[in-house]
Amino acid sequence: MGEVLKFHFDVDGENFSSAGEASVVVKKKLRQLGFSPDIMRRVSIAMYEGEINMVIHADGGTADVTVDDNEITIVLKDRGPGIPDVSLAMQEGYSTACDNIRSLGFGAGMGLPNMKKYTDFMQIDSEVGVGTTVTMKIKLN
Amino acid sequence: MATYKHSVSLDESKCKGCTTCLKRCPTEAIRIRDGRAVINPSRCIDCGECIRVCPHKAKKAVYDSLDCLNNYKYTIALPAPSLYGQFDNLDNIGYILGGLKEIGFDSVFEVARAAEIVSAYTRLYLNRPGIVKPVISSACPAISRIISMNFPFLCEHVIPLLAPIDIAARLAKEEALETHPELSPDEIGVFFISPCPAKVSYVKNGFAGEKNYIDHVVSVRDVYFVLLDEMKKLRENGTDETTESGMVGIGWASTGGESAAVFNERYLAADGIENCIRVLERIDNEDIHNLDYVELNACSGGCVGGAMTVANPYIAQARLQLLKRYLPVSPNRPTEKEIPETVMAEGGLQYTPSAKLSENREEAMQMMRDIESICKSLPGIDCGSCGAPTCMAFAEDIIKGDTNSDECTVIMRSLFHEYLKEHEEKAILEGLKPLVPRHNANQTKTAESK
Repeated sequence: MGEVLKFHFDVDGENFSSAGEASVVVKKKLRQLGFSPDIMRRVSIAMYEGEINMVIHADGGTADVTVDDNEITIVLKDRGPGIPDVSLAMQEGYSTACDNIRSLGFGAGMGLPNMKKYTDFMQIDSEVGVGTTVTMKIKLN
Repeated sequence: MATYKHSVSLDESKCKGCTTCLKRCPTEAIRIRDGRAVINPSRCIDCGECIRVCPHKAKKAVYDSLDCLNNYKYTIALPAPSLYGQFDNLDNIGYILGGLKEIGFDSVFEVARAAEIVSAYTRLYLNRPGIVKPVISSACPAISRIISMNFPFLCEHVIPLLAPIDIAARLAKEEALETHPELSPDEIGVFFISPCPAKVSYVKNGFAGEKNYIDHVVSVRDVYFVLLDEMKKLRENGTDETTESGMVGIGWASTGGESAAVFNERYLAADGIENCIRVLERIDNEDIHNLDYVELNACSGGCVGGAMTVANPYIAQARLQLLKRYLPVSPNRPTEKEIPETVMAEGGLQYTPSAKLSENREEAMQMMRDIESICKSLPGIDCGSCGAPTCMAFAEDIIKGDTNSDECTVIMRSLFHEYLKEHEEKAILEGLKPLVPRHNANQTKTAESK
Protein backbone atom coordinates (compact mmCIF):
# COMPACT_ATOMS: atom_id res chain seq x y z
CA MET A 1 0.00 0.00 0.00
CA GLY A 2 2.68 2.51 0.94
CA GLU A 3 0.44 5.55 1.28
CA VAL A 4 -0.34 6.55 4.83
CA LEU A 5 -3.38 8.18 6.37
CA LYS A 6 -2.87 11.30 8.44
CA PHE A 7 -5.12 13.20 10.82
CA HIS A 8 -4.25 16.51 12.39
CA PHE A 9 -5.94 18.15 15.38
CA ASP A 10 -5.47 21.38 17.25
CA VAL A 11 -6.09 20.74 20.93
CA ASP A 12 -7.69 23.78 22.55
CA GLY A 13 -6.14 24.57 25.91
CA GLU A 14 -8.86 26.94 27.02
CA ASN A 15 -11.72 24.56 27.34
CA PHE A 16 -11.83 21.65 29.77
CA SER A 17 -15.24 20.47 28.72
CA SER A 18 -14.07 19.80 25.16
CA ALA A 19 -10.83 18.06 26.23
CA GLY A 20 -10.65 14.59 24.71
CA GLU A 21 -12.63 15.43 21.59
CA ALA A 22 -9.83 14.59 19.18
CA SER A 23 -9.54 11.08 20.58
CA VAL A 24 -13.28 10.60 20.11
CA VAL A 25 -12.92 11.59 16.46
CA VAL A 26 -9.97 9.23 16.01
CA LYS A 27 -11.91 6.39 17.61
CA LYS A 28 -14.72 6.93 15.10
CA LYS A 29 -12.24 6.96 12.18
CA LEU A 30 -10.66 3.69 13.35
CA ARG A 31 -14.12 2.16 13.65
CA GLN A 32 -14.88 3.21 10.07
CA LEU A 33 -11.58 1.68 8.96
CA GLY A 34 -12.64 -1.58 10.58
CA PHE A 35 -9.92 -1.83 13.24
CA SER A 36 -10.42 -4.30 16.07
CA PRO A 37 -12.00 -3.08 19.33
CA ASP A 38 -8.65 -3.67 21.07
CA ILE A 39 -6.71 -1.36 18.75
CA MET A 40 -9.48 1.27 18.89
CA ARG A 41 -9.43 1.25 22.65
CA ARG A 42 -5.65 1.41 23.06
CA VAL A 43 -5.28 4.30 20.60
CA SER A 44 -8.22 6.09 22.12
CA ILE A 45 -7.09 5.83 25.75
CA ALA A 46 -3.46 6.73 25.01
CA MET A 47 -4.50 9.70 22.94
CA TYR A 48 -7.16 10.82 25.40
CA GLU A 49 -4.71 10.83 28.31
CA GLY A 50 -2.21 12.77 26.21
CA GLU A 51 -4.83 15.30 25.18
CA ILE A 52 -5.87 15.84 28.79
CA ASN A 53 -2.21 16.35 29.76
CA MET A 54 -1.79 19.01 27.11
CA VAL A 55 -4.89 20.82 28.35
CA ILE A 56 -3.93 20.59 32.03
CA HIS A 57 -0.25 21.44 31.79
CA ALA A 58 0.52 23.07 28.47
CA ASP A 59 -2.43 25.23 27.39
CA GLY A 60 -3.15 22.89 24.49
CA GLY A 61 -1.10 21.83 21.49
CA THR A 62 -1.39 19.65 18.43
CA ALA A 63 -2.12 15.98 17.88
CA ASP A 64 -1.08 14.13 14.74
CA VAL A 65 -2.18 10.58 14.08
CA THR A 66 -0.67 8.52 11.27
CA VAL A 67 -2.00 5.14 10.19
CA ASP A 68 0.09 2.91 7.95
CA ASP A 69 0.29 -0.82 7.21
CA ASN A 70 2.23 -1.68 10.34
CA GLU A 71 1.40 0.79 13.06
CA ILE A 72 -0.58 3.74 14.31
CA THR A 73 1.58 6.65 15.45
CA ILE A 74 0.34 9.43 17.70
CA VAL A 75 2.47 12.55 18.10
CA LEU A 76 1.36 15.09 20.71
CA LYS A 77 3.24 18.35 20.64
CA ASP A 78 2.93 21.30 23.00
CA ARG A 79 4.77 24.50 23.88
CA GLY A 80 4.15 24.10 27.57
CA PRO A 81 6.48 24.30 30.57
CA GLY A 82 8.24 21.01 29.79
CA ILE A 83 8.84 18.07 32.16
CA PRO A 84 11.93 18.54 34.39
CA ASP A 85 12.20 14.86 35.42
CA VAL A 86 10.60 12.45 32.96
CA SER A 87 11.23 9.32 35.04
CA LEU A 88 9.53 10.92 38.05
CA ALA A 89 6.58 11.97 35.87
CA MET A 90 6.26 8.37 34.67
CA GLN A 91 5.61 7.10 38.21
CA GLU A 92 2.04 6.11 38.94
CA GLY A 93 0.35 8.64 41.17
CA TYR A 94 2.92 11.40 40.68
CA SER A 95 1.13 14.56 39.62
CA THR A 96 1.83 18.28 39.46
CA ALA A 97 -1.79 19.16 38.74
CA CYS A 98 -3.26 21.80 41.03
CA ASP A 99 -6.29 21.28 43.28
CA ASN A 100 -8.87 22.83 40.99
CA ILE A 101 -7.80 20.43 38.21
CA ARG A 102 -8.05 17.51 40.62
CA SER A 103 -11.49 18.61 41.69
CA LEU A 104 -12.56 18.09 38.07
CA GLY A 105 -11.51 14.46 38.33
CA PHE A 106 -8.22 14.87 36.49
CA GLY A 107 -4.63 14.95 37.73
CA ALA A 108 -4.50 11.53 39.39
CA GLY A 109 -0.98 10.93 38.16
CA MET A 110 -2.06 8.06 35.90
CA GLY A 111 -1.87 9.81 32.52
CA LEU A 112 1.68 9.03 31.39
CA PRO A 113 1.76 5.54 32.97
CA ASN A 114 -1.51 4.69 31.19
CA MET A 115 -0.17 6.01 27.89
CA LYS A 116 2.85 3.75 28.28
CA LYS A 117 0.68 0.79 29.31
CA TYR A 118 -1.56 0.96 26.25
CA THR A 119 1.11 1.55 23.60
CA ASP A 120 3.96 -0.55 22.19
CA PHE A 121 6.38 2.36 22.07
CA MET A 122 6.48 5.71 23.82
CA GLN A 123 9.08 8.44 23.72
CA ILE A 124 9.00 11.74 25.57
CA ASP A 125 11.12 14.62 24.29
CA SER A 126 10.83 17.49 26.68
CA GLU A 127 12.75 20.66 27.34
CA VAL A 128 11.91 22.88 30.31
CA GLY A 129 10.53 26.20 29.12
CA VAL A 130 10.25 25.02 25.52
CA GLY A 131 7.70 22.24 25.39
CA THR A 132 7.07 18.52 25.19
CA THR A 133 6.60 16.08 22.34
CA VAL A 134 5.19 12.65 23.12
CA THR A 135 5.43 10.02 20.39
CA MET A 136 3.45 6.81 20.81
CA LYS A 137 3.17 3.81 18.51
CA ILE A 138 0.69 0.97 18.49
CA LYS A 139 1.65 -2.01 16.34
CA LEU A 140 -0.97 -3.53 14.06
CA ASN A 141 -1.21 -7.32 13.53
CA MET B 1 -27.38 -11.45 12.01
CA ALA B 2 -30.99 -10.36 11.76
CA THR B 3 -31.55 -6.69 11.02
CA TYR B 4 -32.74 -4.44 13.84
CA LYS B 5 -36.43 -3.56 13.62
CA HIS B 6 -37.28 0.09 14.17
CA SER B 7 -40.25 2.09 15.35
CA VAL B 8 -39.29 5.65 14.41
CA SER B 9 -40.66 6.48 11.00
CA LEU B 10 -41.48 9.36 8.66
CA ASP B 11 -44.75 10.73 7.36
CA GLU B 12 -43.53 11.75 3.90
CA SER B 13 -46.50 14.02 3.25
CA LYS B 14 -45.62 16.21 6.24
CA CYS B 15 -41.84 16.32 5.83
CA LYS B 16 -40.60 19.62 4.38
CA GLY B 17 -36.99 18.49 4.09
CA CYS B 18 -35.86 21.07 6.64
CA THR B 19 -32.67 20.22 8.49
CA THR B 20 -33.96 20.21 12.07
CA CYS B 21 -33.92 16.45 12.67
CA LEU B 22 -30.79 16.08 10.57
CA LYS B 23 -28.84 18.31 12.92
CA ARG B 24 -30.20 16.80 16.11
CA CYS B 25 -29.82 13.08 15.39
CA PRO B 26 -27.15 11.83 17.83
CA THR B 27 -25.97 9.03 15.53
CA GLU B 28 -26.08 10.96 12.22
CA ALA B 29 -28.65 8.45 10.98
CA ILE B 30 -30.69 10.99 8.99
CA ARG B 31 -30.10 12.43 5.51
CA ILE B 32 -32.31 14.70 3.42
CA ARG B 33 -32.76 13.19 -0.05
CA ASP B 34 -35.10 14.63 -2.70
CA GLY B 35 -36.47 17.08 -0.16
CA ARG B 36 -37.44 14.42 2.42
CA ALA B 37 -35.76 12.99 5.49
CA VAL B 38 -34.46 9.44 5.14
CA ILE B 39 -33.54 7.37 8.21
CA ASN B 40 -30.64 4.92 7.95
CA PRO B 41 -31.87 1.84 9.83
CA SER B 42 -28.36 0.59 10.54
CA ARG B 43 -27.60 3.72 12.55
CA CYS B 44 -30.95 4.68 14.12
CA ILE B 45 -31.20 3.91 17.84
CA ASP B 46 -34.92 4.85 18.11
CA CYS B 47 -34.18 7.48 20.75
CA GLY B 48 -37.03 9.64 19.44
CA GLU B 49 -34.99 12.86 19.38
CA CYS B 50 -36.20 13.58 15.82
CA ILE B 51 -39.83 13.09 16.88
CA ARG B 52 -39.38 15.65 19.64
CA VAL B 53 -37.73 18.29 17.43
CA CYS B 54 -39.63 17.97 14.13
CA PRO B 55 -41.47 21.30 13.62
CA HIS B 56 -43.85 19.69 11.11
CA LYS B 57 -44.72 16.59 13.15
CA ALA B 58 -43.50 14.45 10.28
CA LYS B 59 -41.48 12.09 12.45
CA LYS B 60 -43.57 9.59 14.31
CA ALA B 61 -43.33 6.49 16.41
CA VAL B 62 -44.98 3.38 15.03
CA TYR B 63 -46.82 1.35 17.64
CA ASP B 64 -50.00 -0.67 17.93
CA SER B 65 -53.53 0.67 18.19
CA LEU B 66 -55.76 -0.06 21.17
CA ASP B 67 -58.09 -1.77 18.66
CA CYS B 68 -55.79 -4.80 18.93
CA LEU B 69 -57.51 -5.48 22.26
CA ASN B 70 -60.31 -7.08 20.20
CA ASN B 71 -57.99 -9.80 18.94
CA TYR B 72 -57.80 -11.60 22.29
CA LYS B 73 -60.13 -13.32 24.71
CA TYR B 74 -58.16 -11.99 27.66
CA THR B 75 -55.98 -8.90 27.75
CA ILE B 76 -53.37 -7.66 30.21
CA ALA B 77 -52.11 -4.07 30.48
CA LEU B 78 -48.49 -3.48 31.52
CA PRO B 79 -48.38 0.23 32.37
CA ALA B 80 -44.90 1.77 32.51
CA PRO B 81 -44.48 3.77 35.75
CA SER B 82 -44.06 6.92 33.63
CA LEU B 83 -47.81 6.69 32.86
CA TYR B 84 -48.56 7.59 36.49
CA GLY B 85 -46.86 10.98 36.12
CA GLN B 86 -49.09 12.10 33.25
CA PHE B 87 -52.17 13.07 35.31
CA ASP B 88 -52.71 16.29 37.16
CA ASN B 89 -53.93 16.24 40.79
CA LEU B 90 -53.87 12.48 41.03
CA ASP B 91 -53.64 11.16 44.57
CA ASN B 92 -54.27 7.48 43.99
CA ILE B 93 -52.66 5.27 41.34
CA GLY B 94 -55.70 3.01 41.76
CA TYR B 95 -57.70 5.33 39.49
CA ILE B 96 -55.28 4.61 36.64
CA LEU B 97 -55.35 0.86 37.26
CA GLY B 98 -59.15 0.88 37.53
CA GLY B 99 -59.38 3.08 34.43
CA LEU B 100 -57.32 0.58 32.43
CA LYS B 101 -59.89 -2.11 33.24
CA GLU B 102 -62.72 0.25 32.25
CA ILE B 103 -61.18 0.80 28.81
CA GLY B 104 -61.14 -2.91 28.11
CA PHE B 105 -58.22 -4.63 29.80
CA ASP B 106 -59.07 -7.73 31.83
CA SER B 107 -56.15 -7.33 34.17
CA VAL B 108 -53.23 -5.02 34.92
CA PHE B 109 -49.67 -5.89 35.90
CA GLU B 110 -47.63 -2.86 36.88
CA VAL B 111 -44.17 -2.73 35.27
CA ALA B 112 -43.02 -0.91 38.43
CA ARG B 113 -43.46 -4.21 40.32
CA ALA B 114 -41.06 -5.94 37.96
CA ALA B 115 -38.70 -2.96 38.22
CA GLU B 116 -38.39 -3.69 41.94
CA ILE B 117 -37.50 -7.29 41.14
CA VAL B 118 -34.84 -6.08 38.67
CA SER B 119 -33.47 -3.67 41.30
CA ALA B 120 -33.14 -6.56 43.76
CA TYR B 121 -31.34 -8.75 41.21
CA THR B 122 -29.11 -5.81 40.28
CA ARG B 123 -28.02 -5.55 43.90
CA LEU B 124 -27.20 -9.28 43.86
CA TYR B 125 -25.34 -8.89 40.57
CA LEU B 126 -23.20 -6.04 41.93
CA ASN B 127 -21.97 -8.37 44.68
CA ARG B 128 -20.86 -11.08 42.27
CA PRO B 129 -17.11 -11.53 42.28
CA GLY B 130 -15.26 -10.88 39.03
CA ILE B 131 -17.85 -8.70 37.28
CA VAL B 132 -16.63 -5.74 35.22
CA LYS B 133 -17.38 -2.38 36.84
CA PRO B 134 -18.96 0.03 36.47
CA VAL B 135 -22.03 -2.03 35.67
CA ILE B 136 -24.20 -0.21 33.14
CA SER B 137 -27.98 -0.53 33.32
CA SER B 138 -29.70 -2.36 30.45
CA ALA B 139 -33.04 -0.60 30.99
CA CYS B 140 -32.83 2.08 28.27
CA PRO B 141 -32.86 0.30 24.89
CA ALA B 142 -31.53 3.35 23.02
CA ILE B 143 -28.45 3.29 25.27
CA SER B 144 -27.96 -0.48 24.91
CA ARG B 145 -28.14 -0.10 21.15
CA ILE B 146 -25.61 2.71 20.92
CA ILE B 147 -23.25 0.71 23.15
CA SER B 148 -23.60 -2.35 20.92
CA MET B 149 -22.85 -0.19 17.86
CA ASN B 150 -20.06 2.06 19.07
CA PHE B 151 -18.57 0.82 22.34
CA PRO B 152 -17.33 -2.77 21.94
CA PHE B 153 -15.51 -2.74 25.27
CA LEU B 154 -18.50 -1.50 27.19
CA CYS B 155 -20.77 -4.38 26.06
CA GLU B 156 -19.58 -6.53 28.94
CA HIS B 157 -20.30 -3.69 31.37
CA VAL B 158 -24.00 -3.83 30.49
CA ILE B 159 -25.85 -5.92 33.06
CA PRO B 160 -27.11 -9.08 31.30
CA LEU B 161 -30.50 -8.82 33.00
CA LEU B 162 -33.80 -8.69 31.20
CA ALA B 163 -35.65 -5.37 31.48
CA PRO B 164 -38.62 -4.88 33.84
CA ILE B 165 -41.06 -5.11 30.90
CA ASP B 166 -39.81 -8.62 30.03
CA ILE B 167 -40.19 -9.81 33.58
CA ALA B 168 -43.57 -8.12 33.99
CA ALA B 169 -44.83 -9.72 30.77
CA ARG B 170 -43.78 -13.21 31.80
CA LEU B 171 -45.16 -12.96 35.33
CA ALA B 172 -48.42 -11.47 34.03
CA LYS B 173 -48.91 -14.21 31.45
CA GLU B 174 -48.11 -16.96 33.96
CA GLU B 175 -50.51 -15.42 36.46
CA ALA B 176 -53.29 -15.23 33.84
CA LEU B 177 -52.80 -18.86 32.77
CA GLU B 178 -52.98 -19.92 36.41
CA THR B 179 -56.13 -17.98 37.28
CA HIS B 180 -57.79 -18.82 33.93
CA PRO B 181 -56.84 -22.39 33.11
CA GLU B 182 -59.48 -22.43 30.36
CA LEU B 183 -57.36 -20.01 28.27
CA SER B 184 -54.59 -21.01 25.88
CA PRO B 185 -51.46 -18.80 25.79
CA ASP B 186 -52.32 -17.24 22.42
CA GLU B 187 -55.76 -16.21 23.63
CA ILE B 188 -54.06 -13.90 26.12
CA GLY B 189 -52.82 -10.56 24.78
CA VAL B 190 -50.08 -8.77 26.74
CA PHE B 191 -50.03 -5.01 26.05
CA PHE B 192 -47.14 -2.85 27.16
CA ILE B 193 -48.00 0.84 27.57
CA SER B 194 -44.76 2.49 26.47
CA PRO B 195 -43.43 6.03 26.95
CA CYS B 196 -40.97 5.81 24.05
CA PRO B 197 -40.22 4.34 20.62
CA ALA B 198 -36.98 2.74 21.83
CA LYS B 199 -38.98 0.39 24.02
CA VAL B 200 -41.30 -0.41 21.10
CA SER B 201 -38.21 -1.47 19.14
CA TYR B 202 -36.89 -3.35 22.17
CA VAL B 203 -40.03 -5.45 22.21
CA LYS B 204 -39.74 -6.14 18.47
CA ASN B 205 -36.09 -7.18 18.72
CA GLY B 206 -35.67 -8.47 22.29
CA PHE B 207 -32.71 -7.76 24.55
CA ALA B 208 -29.63 -9.48 23.15
CA GLY B 209 -32.00 -11.45 20.92
CA GLU B 210 -34.02 -12.96 23.81
CA LYS B 211 -37.66 -13.76 23.05
CA ASN B 212 -40.25 -11.88 25.08
CA TYR B 213 -43.87 -12.32 26.07
CA ILE B 214 -45.23 -8.95 24.96
CA ASP B 215 -47.76 -9.15 22.13
CA HIS B 216 -48.44 -5.45 21.51
CA VAL B 217 -47.03 -2.07 22.45
CA VAL B 218 -49.35 0.91 22.74
CA SER B 219 -48.37 4.46 23.63
CA VAL B 220 -48.73 6.31 26.91
CA ARG B 221 -50.25 9.16 24.88
CA ASP B 222 -53.06 7.07 23.30
CA VAL B 223 -53.89 5.47 26.62
CA TYR B 224 -53.79 8.84 28.41
CA PHE B 225 -56.54 10.30 26.25
CA VAL B 226 -58.92 7.34 26.60
CA LEU B 227 -58.18 7.04 30.31
CA LEU B 228 -59.09 10.65 31.14
CA ASP B 229 -62.86 10.15 30.92
CA GLU B 230 -62.88 6.82 32.73
CA MET B 231 -60.70 8.18 35.51
CA LYS B 232 -62.99 11.14 35.96
CA LYS B 233 -65.89 8.74 36.61
CA LEU B 234 -63.81 6.65 38.98
CA ARG B 235 -62.70 9.72 40.92
CA GLU B 236 -66.37 10.53 41.48
CA ASN B 237 -67.45 6.98 42.35
CA GLY B 238 -64.27 5.65 43.98
CA THR B 239 -62.31 2.52 43.16
CA ASP B 240 -61.13 -0.60 44.97
CA GLU B 241 -57.95 -0.78 42.90
CA THR B 242 -54.67 0.01 44.62
CA THR B 243 -51.11 0.01 43.46
CA GLU B 244 -48.94 -2.95 44.34
CA SER B 245 -45.75 -1.02 43.56
CA GLY B 246 -43.51 0.88 45.94
CA MET B 247 -41.21 3.88 45.88
CA VAL B 248 -38.46 1.91 44.18
CA GLY B 249 -40.53 0.71 41.24
CA ILE B 250 -42.22 4.03 40.57
CA GLY B 251 -38.88 5.78 40.97
CA TRP B 252 -37.65 4.03 37.80
CA ALA B 253 -39.75 6.47 35.74
CA SER B 254 -37.28 9.30 36.20
CA THR B 255 -33.52 9.68 36.26
CA GLY B 256 -31.86 8.62 39.47
CA GLY B 257 -34.68 6.37 40.64
CA GLU B 258 -33.12 3.23 39.29
CA SER B 259 -29.73 4.14 40.78
CA ALA B 260 -31.17 4.99 44.19
CA ALA B 261 -32.62 1.47 44.29
CA VAL B 262 -29.13 -0.04 44.10
CA PHE B 263 -28.59 1.12 47.72
CA ASN B 264 -24.99 2.05 46.94
CA GLU B 265 -23.70 5.61 46.65
CA ARG B 266 -21.10 4.77 44.03
CA TYR B 267 -23.41 5.41 41.12
CA LEU B 268 -23.78 7.84 38.25
CA ALA B 269 -27.16 8.72 36.73
CA ALA B 270 -27.28 10.72 33.52
CA ASP B 271 -29.96 11.63 31.01
CA GLY B 272 -30.25 13.23 27.60
CA ILE B 273 -28.63 11.26 24.78
CA GLU B 274 -25.73 13.69 24.24
CA ASN B 275 -24.80 13.63 27.94
CA CYS B 276 -25.05 9.85 27.98
CA ILE B 277 -22.71 9.52 24.99
CA ARG B 278 -20.16 11.77 26.72
CA VAL B 279 -20.34 9.64 29.86
CA LEU B 280 -19.90 6.48 27.77
CA GLU B 281 -16.82 7.99 26.10
CA ARG B 282 -15.36 8.76 29.52
CA ILE B 283 -16.02 5.26 30.83
CA ASP B 284 -14.54 3.83 27.63
CA ASN B 285 -11.40 5.88 28.27
CA GLU B 286 -11.21 4.46 31.81
CA ASP B 287 -11.51 8.01 33.02
CA ILE B 288 -14.31 7.67 35.57
CA HIS B 289 -13.20 5.97 38.75
CA ASN B 290 -14.83 4.59 41.88
CA LEU B 291 -18.15 3.79 40.25
CA ASP B 292 -20.17 0.62 40.69
CA TYR B 293 -23.32 1.44 38.77
CA VAL B 294 -24.24 3.65 35.84
CA GLU B 295 -27.81 4.52 34.89
CA LEU B 296 -28.18 6.18 31.50
CA ASN B 297 -31.45 7.44 30.06
CA ALA B 298 -31.55 8.66 26.47
CA CYS B 299 -34.46 11.01 27.28
CA SER B 300 -34.09 14.15 29.37
CA GLY B 301 -35.62 13.51 32.78
CA GLY B 302 -35.61 9.72 32.19
CA CYS B 303 -38.53 7.63 30.90
CA VAL B 304 -41.00 10.41 31.76
CA GLY B 305 -39.26 12.33 28.94
CA GLY B 306 -40.11 9.68 26.33
CA ALA B 307 -41.35 10.86 22.94
CA MET B 308 -44.68 9.02 23.37
CA THR B 309 -45.71 10.76 26.61
CA VAL B 310 -47.93 13.79 27.12
CA ALA B 311 -46.66 15.70 30.16
CA ASN B 312 -43.49 17.74 30.52
CA PRO B 313 -40.91 15.33 32.00
CA TYR B 314 -40.09 17.49 35.01
CA ILE B 315 -43.73 18.14 35.85
CA ALA B 316 -44.36 14.40 35.56
CA GLN B 317 -41.45 13.75 37.92
CA ALA B 318 -42.80 16.23 40.47
CA ARG B 319 -46.17 14.45 40.38
CA LEU B 320 -44.50 11.07 40.86
CA GLN B 321 -42.67 12.35 43.93
CA LEU B 322 -46.01 13.17 45.55
CA LEU B 323 -47.68 9.95 44.38
CA LYS B 324 -45.04 7.65 45.83
CA ARG B 325 -44.39 9.44 49.11
CA TYR B 326 -46.66 7.26 51.29
CA LEU B 327 -45.94 3.99 49.49
CA PRO B 328 -43.79 1.21 50.96
CA VAL B 329 -40.18 1.17 49.74
CA SER B 330 -40.17 -2.02 47.70
CA PRO B 331 -43.01 -4.51 48.29
CA ASN B 332 -42.02 -6.72 45.32
CA ARG B 333 -38.69 -7.93 46.62
CA PRO B 334 -37.87 -11.49 45.48
CA THR B 335 -36.74 -13.92 48.18
CA GLU B 336 -33.99 -15.70 46.18
CA LYS B 337 -30.37 -15.10 47.09
CA GLU B 338 -29.26 -16.01 43.55
CA ILE B 339 -30.40 -14.45 40.27
CA PRO B 340 -32.54 -17.02 38.42
CA GLU B 341 -31.25 -17.98 34.96
CA THR B 342 -34.66 -17.14 33.50
CA VAL B 343 -34.12 -13.39 33.95
CA MET B 344 -30.58 -13.36 32.52
CA ALA B 345 -29.90 -12.70 28.85
CA GLU B 346 -27.53 -15.43 27.74
CA GLY B 347 -24.33 -14.05 26.22
CA GLY B 348 -25.20 -10.46 27.18
CA LEU B 349 -24.94 -7.52 24.83
CA GLN B 350 -22.91 -8.14 21.65
CA TYR B 351 -20.84 -5.70 19.59
CA THR B 352 -22.39 -5.17 16.15
CA PRO B 353 -20.22 -2.64 14.30
CA SER B 354 -22.14 -0.64 11.73
CA ALA B 355 -19.87 2.10 10.47
CA LYS B 356 -17.24 0.22 8.42
CA LEU B 357 -16.39 1.94 5.13
CA SER B 358 -15.28 -1.33 3.52
CA GLU B 359 -14.52 -4.90 4.50
CA ASN B 360 -11.14 -4.46 2.83
CA ARG B 361 -8.70 -2.43 4.96
CA GLU B 362 -6.73 -1.10 1.99
CA GLU B 363 -9.90 0.09 0.28
CA ALA B 364 -11.17 1.63 3.53
CA MET B 365 -7.87 3.52 3.95
CA GLN B 366 -8.14 4.87 0.39
CA MET B 367 -11.75 5.92 0.99
CA MET B 368 -10.75 7.66 4.22
CA ARG B 369 -7.96 9.55 2.45
CA ASP B 370 -10.44 10.70 -0.21
CA ILE B 371 -12.95 11.71 2.48
CA GLU B 372 -10.32 13.80 4.29
CA SER B 373 -9.28 15.49 1.06
CA ILE B 374 -12.87 16.28 -0.02
CA CYS B 375 -13.65 17.56 3.46
CA LYS B 376 -10.79 20.07 3.24
CA SER B 377 -12.37 21.56 0.09
CA LEU B 378 -15.78 22.00 1.79
CA PRO B 379 -16.79 25.20 3.63
CA GLY B 380 -16.83 23.53 7.08
CA ILE B 381 -19.93 25.35 8.28
CA ASP B 382 -22.04 22.18 8.70
CA CYS B 383 -25.12 23.96 7.35
CA GLY B 384 -26.94 20.77 6.36
CA SER B 385 -28.24 22.15 3.03
CA CYS B 386 -26.57 19.29 1.15
CA GLY B 387 -28.68 16.83 3.13
CA ALA B 388 -25.89 15.62 5.43
CA PRO B 389 -25.53 16.81 9.03
CA THR B 390 -21.88 17.91 8.72
CA CYS B 391 -19.36 18.61 5.96
CA MET B 392 -17.49 15.49 7.11
CA ALA B 393 -20.62 13.34 6.81
CA PHE B 394 -21.22 14.88 3.36
CA ALA B 395 -17.68 13.92 2.28
CA GLU B 396 -18.33 10.37 3.52
CA ASP B 397 -21.60 10.23 1.58
CA ILE B 398 -19.85 11.38 -1.62
CA ILE B 399 -17.20 8.67 -1.30
CA LYS B 400 -19.80 6.03 -0.53
CA GLY B 401 -21.61 7.11 -3.72
CA ASP B 402 -24.76 8.25 -1.87
CA THR B 403 -24.63 11.83 -3.15
CA ASN B 404 -22.43 14.09 -5.30
CA SER B 405 -20.39 17.20 -4.62
CA ASP B 406 -22.82 19.47 -6.58
CA GLU B 407 -25.16 19.29 -3.58
CA CYS B 408 -22.96 21.68 -1.58
CA THR B 409 -24.95 24.91 -1.87
CA VAL B 410 -22.09 27.06 -0.58
CA ILE B 411 -19.72 25.92 -3.32
CA MET B 412 -22.48 26.10 -5.93
CA ARG B 413 -23.34 29.65 -4.89
CA SER B 414 -19.80 30.87 -5.37
CA LEU B 415 -19.58 29.11 -8.74
CA PHE B 416 -22.86 30.74 -9.74
CA HIS B 417 -21.59 34.18 -8.70
CA GLU B 418 -18.52 33.70 -10.85
CA TYR B 419 -20.67 32.64 -13.78
CA LEU B 420 -22.98 35.65 -13.36
CA LYS B 421 -20.04 38.01 -13.19
CA GLU B 422 -18.57 36.59 -16.40
CA HIS B 423 -21.90 36.85 -18.16
CA GLU B 424 -22.44 40.42 -16.96
CA GLU B 425 -19.09 41.57 -18.33
CA LYS B 426 -19.89 39.88 -21.62
CA ALA B 427 -23.35 41.45 -21.67
CA ILE B 428 -21.96 44.97 -21.19
CA LEU B 429 -19.44 44.46 -23.98
CA GLU B 430 -22.00 43.01 -26.38
CA GLY B 431 -24.98 45.14 -25.28
CA LEU B 432 -27.03 42.11 -24.13
CA LYS B 433 -29.58 41.92 -21.36
CA PRO B 434 -28.24 40.71 -18.00
CA LEU B 435 -28.98 37.03 -17.26
CA VAL B 436 -30.62 37.76 -13.92
CA PRO B 437 -32.03 41.17 -12.93
CA ARG B 438 -29.64 42.32 -10.20
CA HIS B 439 -30.81 43.99 -7.01
CA ASN B 440 -28.31 45.29 -4.55
CA ALA B 441 -28.51 47.46 -1.48
CA ASN B 442 -27.37 50.66 -3.30
CA GLN B 443 -30.01 50.38 -6.02
CA THR B 444 -32.77 49.83 -3.49
CA LYS B 445 -31.68 52.91 -1.52
CA THR B 446 -31.72 55.12 -4.65
CA ALA B 447 -35.16 53.84 -5.56
CA GLU B 448 -36.46 54.66 -2.07
CA SER B 449 -35.02 58.19 -2.04
CA LYS B 450 -36.84 58.99 -5.28
